[in-house]
Amino acid sequence: MSDNTKIYEKVMDILTDVTGDPVVREDPDINLPEEGLIDSMGYMELLMDVEDSLGIVIAPAEYTREEMDTPRKIAAVVESKSR
Amino acid sequence: MQLFQDNTFFVLLAVLSVPAFILGYLEKPIRLYGFAVSLVFLWLVMGGTPRALCFLGVFLLWEILEAELYVRVREKYGRNRKIYYVFLILSILPLALNKYATATGSALHLFGFLGISYMTFKSAQVIIQIFDGQIQKVDLLSYVYMMIFFPVITSGPIDRSQRFQDDIYRSIPRDEYLNMAGIGIFKIVLGMVYKIVIAAGIYQLMIRLGNGTDLKTTFLYMYTYGFYLFFDFAGYSLMAVGASYLFGVKTPDNFNKPFLSVDIKDFWDRWHITLSHWFRDFVFSRVTINLMRSRKFKSRLTIAVIAFFINMGLMGVWHGTEPYYIMYGLYHGLLLSVTEVYQKKSRFYKSHRKDKWYRLVSGIITFQLVMFGFFIFSGRIMKYI
Repeated sequence: MSDNTKIYEKVMDILTDVTGDPVVREDPDINLPEEGLIDSMGYMELLMDVEDSLGIVIAPAEYTREEMDTPRKIAAVVESKSR
Repeated sequence: MQLFQDNTFFVLLAVLSVPAFILGYLEKPIRLYGFAVSLVFLWLVMGGTPRALCFLGVFLLWEILEAELYVRVREKYGRNRKIYYVFLILSILPLALNKYATATGSALHLFGFLGISYMTFKSAQVIIQIFDGQIQKVDLLSYVYMMIFFPVITSGPIDRSQRFQDDIYRSIPRDEYLNMAGIGIFKIVLGMVYKIVIAAGIYQLMIRLGNGTDLKTTFLYMYTYGFYLFFDFAGYSLMAVGASYLFGVKTPDNFNKPFLSVDIKDFWDRWHITLSHWFRDFVFSRVTINLMRSRKFKSRLTIAVIAFFINMGLMGVWHGTEPYYIMYGLYHGLLLSVTEVYQKKSRFYKSHRKDKWYRLVSGIITFQLVMFGFFIFSGRIMKYI
């Protein structure tokens, strides 16, 4: 598995956990805040879990909500930070 | 002279915007000219009070040195939280001393100068983002310019340093600048209508009809004050954003139809947006993460409630140490907490939250709660306690 696939898989695990809905894996372009799957608290949990399991630190003010509103975008942000 | 108040200011703004417009039209950078204009306005506002000017100078020097020093310390010691908190406290210290001096009515009004409350948001933000690793270098011109940028110096909107820096160093194509200038002028005119026509009119209603403590007058006062506050502040904000556009800076908007909010969370995405988003990004989110990490509280709801109270309580105190400002903050902490618990626990909410009738009813209730919040904020509530 390439590093990016590994990160993608990990991010999906975390998102499934945070949103409590496996749909994030099936539909990576679903708009999470719009569908009520994630809120401010959920985002914080996401950032914390990404740091704890991948060692990638993303600050709460670093990206806008629009840059992280779907599972695919979130995975892309995490991948870009891993480089 | 008062910014966005006196006729002199508006005449000067019109005259001094012309060279900015020409620079923008010629696709030349406006930053140095804008810096000079900001100095002129600073002098016109504070020139008569040398002590305020001195405090401003000391404040700026203090914050710049601190940011410069912290960049170096952060590079050497990395994400060290203890060092970070020391620097963060030092950056807020002048404002804290100022609030303390106001509260105790001390003769020497420490750091008493126009704009310190709003400047502190920016200096603290720089320290926080140095810690986050987002800022690796402090650009001196951009830093000072951001602090004294005349359109936003009195009451915001609160910009972010990197956004501001990108704007002032970016070369803006002619078409884009002309478009910006057009929007800017429109915003200034609309803001004038809001503030000088509508807010001033409502104010007259408020002092004529709302002067008393019986139930009817109290309600009249509450609603007229709420609308007055909105049109006054949103009007000022529009003018501030509009003037920024003329100088090539896209200062973020501060209001987005707040009285159409569906719930209190929605309200804080629409009312004084740059303030509430500052608190969201730099207080609420940090408190939440720290509480989650500490594992002292299992439930996410408990953590959210604590974070809401800290967040809004701080926002209240930032407005001033008067009891009604603190009450205002705690009131909104309570509203947000109740909303959070309700939205997480209620099946009814989950199944109806998208229905038209539900949004309407929820919006009407929110409007009343918001108006009552302004009633607390106005200080009038102290007459009843």
